[in-house]
Amino acid sequence: MGLIAAIAVVGLGLPRRRTQAPVLLDEDAELVARLRAGEEQAFVALVSRHHAAMVRLAGSYVASQAIAEEVVQDTWMGVLRGIDGFAGRSSFRTWLLRILVNRATSTGVRERRSIAVGDAGPVVDSSRFDASGAWMSPPQHWVEESEDRLLAQGLSGDIQAALEALPVRQREVVLLRDVDGLSGHEVCDVLEISEANQRVLLHRGRSHLRQALETALGGA
Amino acid sequence: MFWSKSGLVCQEMVELITDYLEDALPRSQRRRFEAHIAGCEHCTEYLEQMRVTITLTGRLRAEDLTPAMREEFTDLYRRWRSQSG
Repeated sequence: MGLIAAIAVVGLGLPRRRTQAPVLLDEDAELVARLRAGEEQAFVALVSRHHAAMVRLAGSYVASQAIAEEVVQDTWMGVLRGIDGFAGRSSFRTWLLRILVNRATSTGVRERRSIAVGDAGPVVDSSRFDASGAWMSPPQHWVEESEDRLLAQGLSGDIQAALEALPVRQREVVLLRDVDGLSGHEVCDVLEISEANQRVLLHRGRSHLRQALETALGGA
Repeated sequence: MFWSKSGLVCQEMVELITDYLEDALPRSQRRRFEAHIAGCEHCTEYLEQMRVTITLTGRLRAEDLTPAMREEFTDLYRRWRSQSG
């Protein structure tokens, strides 16, 4: 449903969608079938495809990287035990990440979270607008620079640092959506939040990251 | 132009951007959003910056599984196979 909505979207300035997403899901389905048939290599291939996303997500629940990796291992053990019961109603990735969140929650120092958005207030400091709400201190122009040039300036580190500084729920949503490429619908399933909450968290998280880039590039 | 009677102001625009990108704005609000963008270079810039931010965030990548980790997961699989008969 998320993908169909994304394709149907027309308008200016929309982010380019990850066209590889459907392919990824097909590959997952194929690997799951091979895993069910008892193929060891299919298991390792699945682990390899999802490991980074899992460690990142687990990391927002537990105190250390080492514990995050234990949670990931534990999750895969759960996957092996439960794979025959996986009905394919959701994507494999959604199913997998839900198992992970459940394990991480029972292991983690963090309680199952409330719906709290984490911070409030405007996403751009109100001092940058005049009394009528128009820009007084507008964003400086940097988007004509190529992505490669921006990244070559070491901005990956700035984004990474800004991600880590986000309130945890915003970080989870931004990681799953923008780093791992899940649809909004999948994120709602994994984190058990509403579409509206997902959008609020995504909005606040992305806005923080944009501000971090602006600051890193010497803007306001 | 920053302001018209029924239009959105810049300060409102920055709060609506994600709903716009997610195609979650009601049709009338979407029209007002696009009308503002068409006439405001600063909000056009801001929208582009959000788009670039999303793209750059998507380029963050963790390294692949190390050979040691591949081995660890292969072991995990074999342990499970031997347990489950």
